[in-house]
Amino acid sequence: MTIDGVSRSGLVQIMDEQGMEFTIARMAAQIVERDGGDIMLVGIHTRGIPLADRLAARIAETTGSEVTVGRLDITLYRDDVGPWRPAHKQPVLKDTVLPKSIDNRIVYLVDDVLYTGRTIRAALGTMIDYGRTRAVRLAVLVDRGHRELPIAADVVGKTVATSRSEDVQVHLREVDGDDGVWIGAGEEAEDAD
Amino acid sequence: MPIESAEALTGKDVVGIAQLDPGEIQLILNTAGELLEVAKRPIKKVPALRGATVVNLFMEASTRTRFSFEVAEKRLSADTLNFSASSSSVSKGETLVDTARNLMAMAPDYIVIRHPNVGAPHRLAEVVPASIINAGDGINEHPTQALLDAFTMRQRFGRLEGLKVVIAGDIRHSRVARSNAFLLNKMGAEVRFAAPASLLPVEVEDLGVETHLRLEPALEGADVVMMLRIQLERQGAVNFPSLREYYDFFALTEDRLALAAPDAVVMHPGPMNRGVEIDSLVADGERSLILNQVTNGVAVRMAILYLLAGGRGESTADS
Amino acid sequence: MSRLLIRNGRVVDPSQAIDQDMDVLLVDGLVEAVGAGLDVSADTPVLEASGHVVAPGFIDLAAHLCEPGYEHKETIATGCLAAVAGGFTAVCSTADTDPVNDDPSVTRFIREQAEDVDLARVFPLGAVTRNLNGEELAEIGEMTREGIVAVGDAGRPITNSLLMRRALEYARSFDIPVAVHPEDPGLSDRGLMHESAVSTRIGLRGMPSAAETVVIARDLALANATRGRLHIRHVSTAAGFALIRTAKDDGVRVTCDVAPYSFCLTDEDVAGATYDPNWKTNPPMRSAEDVDAVKQALRDGTVDAIVSDHQPHHQDDKELDFSEAPFGIVGLETTVSLAIDRLLRTEVLDFARLVQLLSTGPAQTFRLPGGSLKRGEPGDVTILDLDHRTTVDPARFQSKSRNTPFGGWELSGAPVATIVGGRIVWHVQD
Repeated sequence: MTIDGVSRSGLVQIMDEQGMEFTIARMAAQIVERDGGDIMLVGIHTRGIPLADRLAARIAETTGSEVTVGRLDITLYRDDVGPWRPAHKQPVLKDTVLPKSIDNRIVYLVDDVLYTGRTIRAALGTMIDYGRTRAVRLAVLVDRGHRELPIAADVVGKTVATSRSEDVQVHLREVDGDDGVWIGAGEEAEDAD
Repeated sequence: MPIESAEALTGKDVVGIAQLDPGEIQLILNTAGELLEVAKRPIKKVPALRGATVVNLFMEASTRTRFSFEVAEKRLSADTLNFSASSSSVSKGETLVDTARNLMAMAPDYIVIRHPNVGAPHRLAEVVPASIINAGDGINEHPTQALLDAFTMRQRFGRLEGLKVVIAGDIRHSRVARSNAFLLNKMGAEVRFAAPASLLPVEVEDLGVETHLRLEPALEGADVVMMLRIQLERQGAVNFPSLREYYDFFALTEDRLALAAPDAVVMHPGPMNRGVEIDSLVADGERSLILNQVTNGVAVRMAILYLLAGGRGESTADS
Repeated sequence: MSRLLIRNGRVVDPSQAIDQDMDVLLVDGLVEAVGAGLDVSADTPVLEASGHVVAPGFIDLAAHLCEPGYEHKETIATGCLAAVAGGFTAVCSTADTDPVNDDPSVTRFIREQAEDVDLARVFPLGAVTRNLNGEELAEIGEMTREGIVAVGDAGRPITNSLLMRRALEYARSFDIPVAVHPEDPGLSDRGLMHESAVSTRIGLRGMPSAAETVVIARDLALANATRGRLHIRHVSTAAGFALIRTAKDDGVRVTCDVAPYSFCLTDEDVAGATYDPNWKTNPPMRSAEDVDAVKQALRDGTVDAIVSDHQPHHQDDKELDFSEAPFGIVGLETTVSLAIDRLLRTEVLDFARLVQLLSTGPAQTFRLPGGSLKRGEPGDVTILDLDHRTTVDPARFQSKSRNTPFGGWELSGAPVATIVGGRIVWHVQD
């Protein structure tokens, strides 16, 4: 997950546009290799969604059949929503759309950055209330370490060692206008996607 | 121009539409939109308000509104406690504020209050730290009803701005009419009241509404026709002579509905008096959004509970 | 095709500012043309009117026709006959029948009876309150569908001010006026005549002028607040007219009428009648100053109509003593003659104003058809002979009832022909 609103100076680019394209292609191949094309991709707001769309396109190229893509808002399942927020400052809700039933399917959660793992825990909580999957797997573009919960990704684009004071920024053309991943020193912003 | 949603509600309570600005109204409606699908899941529950306590303090008879609030509270995993007029100690002469203070000793996070006296929720909001939600105070306001009505209209038409909305019935005694008029005006819709002058508040045009003393002229080109329940007053036929006459001249029949816009919709806050203010054919017809209102009511109330939550712990940024 | 030419009368039509010798042609029940020397086919029936006044048919805004329920006093048939004999082409019947006209079925009955009788037009008034109880609204909307033109509880005052307010508000949805009998019964305190030195002298309980004026003040305030249409019946006090005059200037939607006894008789006349109940009216015959105020109000436009306030009572009722006898006198057959004799001849009013008060004004007040001889208006005409001398003889009334104080009065000027819908329904042959 990235933190927005941080200064771009002092950032080091660790993945450029072309690198991202190759990485996504490799991730798609890994998914097909393990589970074939009959899977569902569910992108987590915000940048997990265009990532899921790109993976779906790649997988469809390889297998020749369309991949179901959904989107998930995990806000209601966060462990810091409700009483733990500052008074009446609840995060804005976004939409959750699962086009088909998840019962008995293999579902890949897709997100841009894996960090403490709390987002994924919330995503798992959401998924359970929608049905009983055959399996839930995780695909992330960047794994930056510092897990606070026992969560691991099945498919990783790039593993990067970071310190807690550092900040990882993922840009996707569909959301930010360009493609790339940067690391830099930064303050922790109060809120994130 | 569409109204931009606020990022958060500014106060700790929702006591009336009069206290909400258009951005806050938009935020509530948007949030309710996202919460609608909770009702469509196999497990109709999210943990967002887990551990929060809501007291439903209903000092006036109501099954539907209280039921709707209870469902909303439970779907957010909150705990609910119900106090009604007969079972509470208020009937034993305890003041409203004393009742609230006693309730506060059990530390509820919210009090949802319906009361026959105007201003009771507003008083409570000043006196207790819980979030107060007004479920109807006398003839003054019923903000959650107006919000779910607006949500229903926006759901059908994609907007509120410029909609022509007719509200017909005993306007003078209707908190639903007032809250709706306040809200629709703030959101740029056009409100028309239709009732005999004996059922209209004095100089109600000052609230920014058009008045019509017969239903037919109000219906011309209307997008939404909202009928209010009509009943004879306790003191008898002072405001209008009989239910029969009311039906003959002011009820929404199929013929009258045909005067409205071709895709006009029919709404009613419930409970309906079939054959008095509305014909069954119209209430059950394809233009009726009455059942949608009920479904949307839960989502709107969930949205308000969600948006008012917080303030009892430290926020942690997560990833 | 029915035709009638009224030839060479003095046509007085305030709605067109006409006062001139002209012909009036009626075709198929409507006014076809008004003009000098109209050219018509040889077989057109002609009514010679030279030397007579030709006016749009006179309209009476308040007459008790007593049917259903009080047919011993009057029926719709006899009442309509009395009306046309008195020069009226249309009559508004009051709601105090039995059953009360608070229900569309009663309204329909009255209307259909009048249509069967086929003399004067009858425009029924509906009750304001159920059974005239003064507490609950009657089904005003339903009654408008059967043709009521206004609502009024006849001679019953509405003491519940909130109900009066709601009535004015509710009636707006049907755009009809509320006609009131302005009296505070508490202040009247069982009075029998006007309260003054005269009532003190002859020992009869008096009804103070204030009993009328406080209700006029109340109802004007309510009419102002509700923007409703108010019609005040038989105003009789100087103070009452002053209030109405001011309210009209302020734009309040108020109209009013007066009955002939209010400009012909005073409390001294009651005293002179030795307790004869034929002088017992409500409002009562008041002081000379009040009569002067009535005449002034008739002249300056404060008053919109002269009404008959026709209230038949059976012989037996008026043979009671003054205290026991009911209020009210007949009026359909004396109103027009009294108006000509006591207002026109005395030059209190000119002709245009008189016809305004008897025809055009009433039509405008209750928005009735007629009151005008414009082309297309109903073919209702009243023809007057100003030189026709009559002596009021109650025994020869067309009405069933005889209760009048005007018996024996010699009056100059009377209606001599009454035409309704192009048909001559009353004609005095010399």
